[in-house]
Amino acid sequence: MNATLSSKLPGRIVLLLVFGFLYLPIAVLVLLSFNDSGLPTSWSGFSTRWYGALLSNTDILRAAGNTFIVAVFATVISTVLGTLLALGMETRRRKSSGLEALAFAPMVIPDIVLAVALLTFFSRLGLTMGLHTIVISHVIFDLAFVCSVVRARLKHFDFSIVEASRDLGASGWTTFWRVTFPVLLPSIVAGALLAFTLSVDEFIIAFFTAGAGRSSITLPMQIYSMIRFGITPEVNALATIVMGVSATALLISQWLNRQQQVP
Amino acid sequence: MSFNATRPTLLAAPGVAWLVAFMVVPCLLVLSYAFFERGVWGGVEYTFTLENFARVADPLYAKIFLNSARIALTATVAAILIAYPAAYAISRAPRMSQPILLFFAVLPFWSNYLIRTYAWIVLLNREGLTNNLLRSLGYTGEPLSMLYTESAVITGLVYNYLPFVILAIYSTLSRLNPELMEASRDLGAGPVRTFLRVTLPLTLPGVAAGGVFVFVLSIGNFVTPALLGGGRFQMVGNLVYDQFLTANDWPFGAALGAALILTMIVLLLLQARATAHASGERKGEAAQ
Repeated sequence: MNATLSSKLPGRIVLLLVFGFLYLPIAVLVLLSFNDSGLPTSWSGFSTRWYGALLSNTDILRAAGNTFIVAVFATVISTVLGTLLALGMETRRRKSSGLEALAFAPMVIPDIVLAVALLTFFSRLGLTMGLHTIVISHVIFDLAFVCSVVRARLKHFDFSIVEASRDLGASGWTTFWRVTFPVLLPSIVAGALLAFTLSVDEFIIAFFTAGAGRSSITLPMQIYSMIRFGITPEVNALATIVMGVSATALLISQWLNRQQQVP
Repeated sequence: MSFNATRPTLLAAPGVAWLVAFMVVPCLLVLSYAFFERGVWGGVEYTFTLENFARVADPLYAKIFLNSARIALTATVAAILIAYPAAYAISRAPRMSQPILLFFAVLPFWSNYLIRTYAWIVLLNREGLTNNLLRSLGYTGEPLSMLYTESAVITGLVYNYLPFVILAIYSTLSRLNPELMEASRDLGAGPVRTFLRVTLPLTLPGVAAGGVFVFVLSIGNFVTPALLGGGRFQMVGNLVYDQFLTANDWPFGAALGAALILTMIVLLLLQARATAHASGERKGEAAQ
């Protein structure tokens, strides 16, 4: 008894310290967003006034609207393309290392490099940049993540049920919608939620491909311009909301991914 | 599989087309800019030159490159030193709680990068929480300026990329065969020796994967140096940013970007070799 306790103790202390390091800064931020004075120096009572202040800030509201539009379009396009790519890659007879590298690259390429490449590309084409160019750019990494989530599911997919369906006389189309798609659905939704979060939070690429002017500023761009010059209580409230949305989407995504691993 | 041979290609085509058109082509285009001269009013003059690459090696810029590499390396080592014990503790936790611990270790990684960095401004500010804490503990001197220092930049990088390193190291630890450690103990090796001679070498691929990731993302970072370094610490990422958005020297910016990509490719290849080497060793052991 004593031996197991002493062997478990160091592990617990390590976990406590690391989780403290990871979550303490976030916890402080969330707590401050409810501080009436808005100052980090003293606690002057619980208040939601900074959340109220957000609602009357038209810059923030417009940025939030832009972010939502970009994230929805990027998620829809990348979910379709990413799922198809995953199906294509997993049903190929021979693995192609070129294809693997292409699907892997968006996840590892430094975002500053992709950002300047896209800026160069869009200006070379003479395209007016705005929300549409941010959507095009976000689909690149979103689709890579959707593809990897769906592929993870396909690795455990029993393709013999597809054959069974075909042998029983169902067409390829019917088989896809009645057999393959329902099995993949949880992982497709999980991938879509991940894509949505990534798109909502992405800053650097959006910053470079949004074009001039303030009309297509997204929420992270708005946050960046606010925090460059210090702390404002509104940012604390905004940060809390953004993190809450991301965490919820990720919890659902993770839950869906686990659901399908059980059977 | 009753799918015919062309179907996988058709399914993959739209995604592949998107990636080629909007990732491969733009990257090649910007790379090609690195070989041209800068136009008088910004823009690009289509005259071939290797001048931009020569400038990357210029002592002024090489210094920034080396300095970023040093900061990135410090962050990488620190992240591994923190992540390894954490991943080890998670892999030793009860089976049922491992996925939950892992999920919460990785969760911050998926949330907004800017906000996570901003949280450190709140903590390290002159009027911030850390200084307040020091004062309430009886410290009466000038408030410490912890923000806008190199340590602040490194702390921010470690904080932001730590979850991924934990994940990478955990994934190799969890695949480890516990019998190997038992065998080592049975043969008389102590816990320290077992760790250094058995566990650590077998988990090096995870350490390498996590390390390369932190290093590549840190050296190309421009948000953390801008926010936590207060613009006082130029890193390669900031330099690229400046060439494109303020100095308007796209060819030079492109050459810097190419240097970044090259660094990344070399490190990824080294990592792939380290992984292949480790798994080759394991196969060799199994054969004996």
